[in-house]
Amino acid sequence: MARLGLVLGAVLTAVFVGAALISLVWTPWPTDGVNIAASLRGPSAAHPLGTDHLGRDMLSMLMAGAQTSLAVALLAVGFGLLLGVPLGLAAAALRGSWLDAAIMRANDLVFAFPALVIAVLITAAFGPAATNAVLAIGIFNTPVFARVTRGAALSLWTLDYVRAARLAGKDAARISVEHILPNIAPILIVQASIQFSLGILAEAALAFMGLGAQPPQPSWGRMLADAQTQVMRAPQLAVLPGLAITLTVLGLNLLGDGLRDRLDPRRAPP
Amino acid sequence: MLRYALGRLLGLSLTLFLASVAVFTVVEVIPGDPAQIMLGMEATPEARATLRAELGLDRGPVARYLSWAGGLLRGDLGVSYTYRVPVADLVAERLAVSVPMAAYALILALALGLIAGALAAARRGGPVDLLITGLTQIGIAIPNFWFGMLLVLLFAITLRMFPAGGFAGWQDGPGPALHSLTLPAIALALPQAAILARVMRASLIEVMERDFIRTARAKGLSRGQALRRHGLRNALGPVLTILGLQAAFLLAGAIIIENVFALPGLGRLLFQQLAARDLVVVESVVMLLVFAVVLISWCVDIAYAVADPRLRRR
Repeated sequence: MARLGLVLGAVLTAVFVGAALISLVWTPWPTDGVNIAASLRGPSAAHPLGTDHLGRDMLSMLMAGAQTSLAVALLAVGFGLLLGVPLGLAAAALRGSWLDAAIMRANDLVFAFPALVIAVLITAAFGPAATNAVLAIGIFNTPVFARVTRGAALSLWTLDYVRAARLAGKDAARISVEHILPNIAPILIVQASIQFSLGILAEAALAFMGLGAQPPQPSWGRMLADAQTQVMRAPQLAVLPGLAITLTVLGLNLLGDGLRDRLDPRRAPP
Repeated sequence: MLRYALGRLLGLSLTLFLASVAVFTVVEVIPGDPAQIMLGMEATPEARATLRAELGLDRGPVARYLSWAGGLLRGDLGVSYTYRVPVADLVAERLAVSVPMAAYALILALALGLIAGALAAARRGGPVDLLITGLTQIGIAIPNFWFGMLLVLLFAITLRMFPAGGFAGWQDGPGPALHSLTLPAIALALPQAAILARVMRASLIEVMERDFIRTARAKGLSRGQALRRHGLRNALGPVLTILGLQAAFLLAGAIIIENVFALPGLGRLLFQQLAARDLVVVESVVMLLVFAVVLISWCVDIAYAVADPRLRRR
């Protein structure tokens, strides 16, 4: 059963990443070509998934939307890792010091802001854009990684091999990078997969609210926002983008669960 | 216990103070002159200067921060630039929509999540467990705003059982108001219910393997009796923790859902005033949301400490 989930997750993720990568070089139709004469067509050989209210090919829009989703979620996870992991390592290395307290206090502060509220503030300051969505989700990810890193690193600092490294004369920074980081990597990979799938959902929500990717950049969230204005005339437009988001997030979650079972020795499959 | 509660309260105050400085700083760097927005482009410089003095905008940032934060402490949220009425009045009006919707969603999520989770744990490994676990995977993956749109398509546009959007108001009693909040509450509750069901299932399975359950079984209780009398109660701890963590997501979700269903709630106010550059409303509503998140996590900490005395010493 767990194996089936892992395989299904891997397949769904591969379809998503594949669609995003292919859309970099090729889509069946251009995504910026408005053609009102061809609007709201049903599925056909030319448009396998039909066209939207502006006559754009739905398949091409979905492929390019996958690219936006992937890019925003990936960059936001990278942002969170690059900022959160060093902070967490430093807090664990200097546990009990004022710096540890300050880092954890800053974490609590960011945790108090829902990602959407961070996005509202960033949009108010810099205007809506996909890069600002990366920033908002990245800021939201940072304390998550800092906390997970600190928690995992703290338990390692008491172990004999870390003490031995200390006795060998290595300083805290070197121990953190050479001994702590490699040993918490599996936990970080699992957390990254969780934040990645949350990032897909967050990107869609921000774009839906007009706080993320701006037209003409295709995005699943924007497609749903457009569909909402057409809901009486063309309810079918609301189905595909939502299905794309759900299947992608489902795939990533299943893949993440499968990875966790394999990477985390405490959760080894029975 | 009191010392613990007060200690956590101090931490909460510090977080709120830092959050207010952060929000104020962000709003400070936003371009645009509120006096110009209120008066329009053709206002004379003299009229603008008078209004700026009236709003207190001619003072330095520190003085303005202190008067804003001081106002917040007294419940005075400032005056809206566009509506020209106290923000507190606007907020109070909107809370009459947002709070009932969130409470409605929370009750639905708890009822659905706890029952589904307990059922899955009780039938662990069976077809019911498999079905519920599969449904929770889908529930977590569905964006709540899309689920809301699907609910509208099915129950409002096709079946005409519920309104597609808007709020009926409380003037005709709770019936029409709750009727118009039902679809939004379901959309908001689904992902939360899925998460709660997963946590409940995992927690209950873990509890059912503990020694006190074996003792209860040994004195003659059936597995079902042991689960109901001893298991459920002890499994609720982790559920409570997750519930506290989910509060922020519930609030953020409410902001989106209000926009899907055109409900005149706090989230919609935030977005409308963001678009209108009414920054007094934006900063005060954001602070209110942050306050709600921090307060809920404080309540969860205290509830946890009441339930588990070991935590108070930390």
